[in-house]
Amino acid sequence: MSDLKAFRRSRNFFASLKITSMVALGLSLVALVSIVLFVLIRGTGNITFQLLFGRYGTSPSIWPAFLGTLLLIAVAVGAAAPIGIASAIFLSEYAERDFWLIRCLRIATETLAGIPSIVYGLFGYLVFVVACGWGYSLLGGGLTLAIMILPLIVRSTEESLLAVPMALREGSYALGAGKVRTIFAVVLPSASEGILTSLILAMGRVVSESAVLIMTVGMVVNIVPVSPLSAGTSLALDIYYFASFGYPEEASATAVVLLVFVLSLNLLAFLLARLFERKKGLHGQS
Amino acid sequence: MDNLDWAFPSSAVEVKDLTLHYGPYEALKRVSLKAKAKELTALIGPSGCGKSTFLRSLNRMNDLIVGCKIEGQVLIGGVDIYAKKMDVSLLRKRVGMVFQKPNPFPMSIYDNIAFAPRTFGIRKKEELDAIVIASLRKASIFEEVKDRLRESALALSGGQQQRLCIARALAASPQILLLDEPTSALDPISTAKIEDLLAVLKSTVTIIIVTHNLQQAGRIADTTAFFLLGEIVESGTTEDLFRRPKDKRTENYITGRFG
Repeated sequence: MSDLKAFRRSRNFFASLKITSMVALGLSLVALVSIVLFVLIRGTGNITFQLLFGRYGTSPSIWPAFLGTLLLIAVAVGAAAPIGIASAIFLSEYAERDFWLIRCLRIATETLAGIPSIVYGLFGYLVFVVACGWGYSLLGGGLTLAIMILPLIVRSTEESLLAVPMALREGSYALGAGKVRTIFAVVLPSASEGILTSLILAMGRVVSESAVLIMTVGMVVNIVPVSPLSAGTSLALDIYYFASFGYPEEASATAVVLLVFVLSLNLLAFLLARLFERKKGLHGQS
Repeated sequence: MDNLDWAFPSSAVEVKDLTLHYGPYEALKRVSLKAKAKELTALIGPSGCGKSTFLRSLNRMNDLIVGCKIEGQVLIGGVDIYAKKMDVSLLRKRVGMVFQKPNPFPMSIYDNIAFAPRTFGIRKKEELDAIVIASLRKASIFEEVKDRLRESALALSGGQQQRLCIARALAASPQILLLDEPTSALDPISTAKIEDLLAVLKSTVTIIIVTHNLQQAGRIADTTAFFLLGEIVESGTTEDLFRRPKDKRTENYITGRFG
C-alpha cells in the first residue's frame, strides 16, 4: 500500500513540475517579449530622418554614433580576429592537448571571458587614454573591446577547428600535403562558417557594450569622427547620453535602431550556422 | 630528392622485420613481406591484428601518431623510406592511400582531384584540367560527374565518393596505391565497381589492400598475407593460401572457424 502512495506522490510531483516549469517558461517569454514591445512602441514613432542621418545641431542625431559604432567594430574585430584565429589554430592543430601550459592557457582564456566589462574599461582608460596619451579615442575603445572579445573568438574558433573530422586532415597528409597546406587548404575552409559565425557574434558584443566605452571613447555625441584617434560615441552610448540629458524620445528611438542592428547580426549568425550544419550533415551521409 | 618528378626506381615493396610500438603496446612483431610490382596484394585477418597499422607504415602515416616507434626496414624499389633523407611529402605523392570511410574534402569535385597537383606546384589551368579528367577516367567515375565538376563532392553517393577518393589519389601519379578496407562501407554494386577498377589499375600501379572480406581477397588478389595478433602467419599466392594453407591458424580463419 505504501508503495502505491509513494508512486502517486512522485507522479504528482512530476505533474506539478511540468506545470511549474511551463509557468516559468511563460514568465521568461513575457519578460522578453515585453522588453522588445516596449522598446518598439516607445521608440519607433520617434525615428526621424534628422535623428538618423541629420547633422547634430539644435536637434540631436545618431549619425556620429553610427559611424563610431562601425569604426569600433572595424578596430575591435580587425585586431582581435587575426590574433584570435591564429591562437585557435595553435591550440587545435599544434598544441598537445594535455600539456600543463596549454591547460593553464585554456583556463586563462575562460577566466578572461568572465571579467566584468567595466574592469576592461578601467584597463583601457589607464593604458590607452592615459599611458599612451591618446586621450579619449575610438581607437583606444576599439582596442579595449578587442581584448574583451578575444577569448570569445579563440574559444569558438577552436571549437570549429576541432569539429573538422580527423579523416580530412589524414586525407590531405596522405596526398603529400604538409601541415601548413593542410591547415590552410582543408581545415580552415571546412571551419569557415563556424569561424565567421563567431566573428559576427563578437561584433554583437561590440555593438552592445557600453561600460568599456564610457571610460575610453569620451562620449562625444555631436561630432562626426574623422579618424580612429577622434573621440566619439556609439549607439549604445547615445542611449545612455540621451536618457541622462533630457532626450527620452531620442533614447527610445536609438534603442530601436540598436535592437534592429543586434538582431540582424544574430540572424546572420544563425543563418550561417544553419548552412554549416547542412554541409556537415551532407558529409555524414557517406 | 628535391625534384618533384622524383620516383622510386621500382614499385616493389619489401618489408623486413618491421616492429611497431604504440607507446608500450607492440602492434607489429617482426613482420616481413614482399609485394611484387604491379600486382595486387591483399592483407587479411581479424580486427585489431595490425593490418591497417602495417599499411599505414608504408606511407608513414604512423608518423602522425604521438608515441609511435618503428624498427626494421621498409624498402620501396630498394629505397629505405624511413631513411633520414626521405622526403615524406614525395613519399606520399608516390604512395597514395584510400581510407575505409570516403573522405572527400568539402569542396568541388574538380578541386578535390586537383588538390595533390596543386600541392606540388601545378597551377596552369590546361595542365590541371588534363590531370583532373585523366584521373577521373582512370577511376571510372568521369562519365558520372563530367557535367558537375564544379559542384560539391559531398553531394555524391558513398560509392561515388570512394571512387572520387581513388581518383584524387591517382592525380598525384602514385606508383603504389594503399587501400584500407575501401569497400567496407559500401553496397555490393559499388563494391563490384571498385573491384573491377582495381583489376584494371594494377597494370599501372602496385596495389596493397586491407580487406575483411575473404571472398574479395580471393577474387582480386594475386598475393595474400594473413595477419594475426601483429604477425604475418602466412603469405603466398592467393590460390595457395586459400586452397592449400600451410598453417593450421590460416586454415581455421579462412574456413570461418574464428574471426
